[in-house]
Amino acid sequence: MGLSIYLALKEIWRNRGRFFLVALVIALITLLVLFIAALGEGLGTNNRQYVSNLDAQLIVFLDKSDFIIPSSRLDQSALKAVRRVDGVADAGPISTSSTAILLDNGKVLKVSMLGVEAGRPGLPPVIEGRTYQTQLAKETVIDRNVALRSDIKVGDEITIRSTQGTKDEFFTLKVVGLTEGQAYTFQPTIFVPPSTWERVRPKSEAEANKTVPDINVIAVKLEDPSQTEAMKSKIEANVSNVQVADIETTISNIPGYSAQQGTVQTQGAFTLLIGVLVIGGFFQIQILQKVPQIGVLKAIGSSNAVVGLAAVIQIMVVTAIGVGIGGLLTYVFSLFFPPTIPLVFNGNASALAIAALLFIGPAGGLVSVIYAVRIEPLKALRLS
Amino acid sequence: MNTVALEVKNVVKTFSVDGSKINAVDDVSFKVNSGEFVALVGPSGSGKTTMLSILAVLLTPTSGQVLIDGQDLAKMSEKQRVVLRREKIGFTFQSNNLIPYLTAKENVEFMLRLNGKANRAGRVRSQELLARLGLNDRLHNLPAQMSGGQQQRVAIARALIHNPTVVLADEPTASLDTERAFQVVETFANLIHENNRAGIMVTHDLRMCKYVDRVLQMRDGKLVQIYETKEEVMALARGGDH
Repeated sequence: MGLSIYLALKEIWRNRGRFFLVALVIALITLLVLFIAALGEGLGTNNRQYVSNLDAQLIVFLDKSDFIIPSSRLDQSALKAVRRVDGVADAGPISTSSTAILLDNGKVLKVSMLGVEAGRPGLPPVIEGRTYQTQLAKETVIDRNVALRSDIKVGDEITIRSTQGTKDEFFTLKVVGLTEGQAYTFQPTIFVPPSTWERVRPKSEAEANKTVPDINVIAVKLEDPSQTEAMKSKIEANVSNVQVADIETTISNIPGYSAQQGTVQTQGAFTLLIGVLVIGGFFQIQILQKVPQIGVLKAIGSSNAVVGLAAVIQIMVVTAIGVGIGGLLTYVFSLFFPPTIPLVFNGNASALAIAALLFIGPAGGLVSVIYAVRIEPLKALRLS
Repeated sequence: MNTVALEVKNVVKTFSVDGSKINAVDDVSFKVNSGEFVALVGPSGSGKTTMLSILAVLLTPTSGQVLIDGQDLAKMSEKQRVVLRREKIGFTFQSNNLIPYLTAKENVEFMLRLNGKANRAGRVRSQELLARLGLNDRLHNLPAQMSGGQQQRVAIARALIHNPTVVLADEPTASLDTERAFQVVETFANLIHENNRAGIMVTHDLRMCKYVDRVLQMRDGKLVQIYETKEEVMALARGGDH
């Protein structure tokens, strides 16, 4: 072991230029892998953030809506029925829609407009200002991301443009509060009371005179959050024509969510595969150049274990240095990225990516290590 | 003095080439005492490198016996052979002798490291031996920064530092000019005699025989002649001048 470490480190040190370049290649692969992981996390977050941050354990959908939020339509009686189920602490309606805020500079900012009741699951905690007061208030709570992109502040009035029937209607809402981390389907979110939502949302001519708001889904907070499975069945049994999902199932059924995560993960996996091939190729070529000297090492009495272990240690050291530099580079780059780019460096995802990167070195170098072990000491005498 | 360090008894090594069998080494027997420096000569294809590989425990003979320090190599496991190689045998090769990323001193000390004897006394001895070989100002140079002759002398130091029973040299003068070649072989001979090792040098250059005690001549795998006396050996060496 000591002898292998000695050989591995001496060789790296005396050829530090060459090994540094390989470490740099590994660093660039690391940078790429970490950015893809962050992009996956960022895209995922922008899609599901509101749902994952809900103060609720279960989501109630219309039966046979396949857990697709926009396909589900529930009414007030379902909401009342859910609230009556034993073990439900609270339930709040969630109505989803997309709309546009007209900005002073003539541009529009597209947002997710969610109709949720104040004080019920569905409306996230307000971090600045207050929540809206009545079901009919022309007031809104906005996500910080809306504020960042538009310069809108608490106390401002915003104009919503909404197509209803064949006409463009304009509504004025007062921003009363600010919340945080509530992106949904890649759009920053504004929250309005359910009746206001029904009036403001884009709709067809036929729906133009509706006043009782449609509900897409109901967020359910349980008295005992650990009882999700039991409560799922209980709600389905007690409320007619609904299906219930936990938060995780709801997220994976957000339109496009799974497909997008799958795409990003495939990219990440292929980048790791490229890493394996690059590292494998380098160390294989290096071993081919080293055949005579490995022959000498063995001829003068180094065992296969010493030679093989030295090769493994070398690969691990170079990979570790590369991943270290790559991680540092990623960190430095991440400091300079604007908040509107969907990159989220999540501890778990990054740790997983780094573990995978540390693994690809030895994996890529495996062939070269086996090759090194098989070199005959007779090579030193030019006999084989 | 004069104990038998190495004994070769009726050694045969057969290779199969295109279906037919060729005896690269054919019934060779000889002994080398400690304190004795022997040359193994012969034209290319005479089997001298094969013979050296067998002595180096890198090749197993088809039949016959090789004893180093009285131990029969045929009765050893592969692991024991690796141990024997690093403890009882010293090596110099024709080319690519040294580990390219270790300095002269580190290359010599590596032999001690292999044997778990890289202590302070060992390091001092490495330095003394290199100084003896005229490499005092080259201790911390990498092989690439040294001439062929200097590299060969480092290899000689490495082959001797761990006090092996047998020292094997494969064409030590192949990449050297005449003057350097004579210097290297002379130093080598002196060290073998002083340290009471059994030295065997494979060479095609008969002029180098003037520093050895005996010459074993091979042809077509057979040991055809042994030059025993000083006169015979010197005559052979002079003959190499032409």
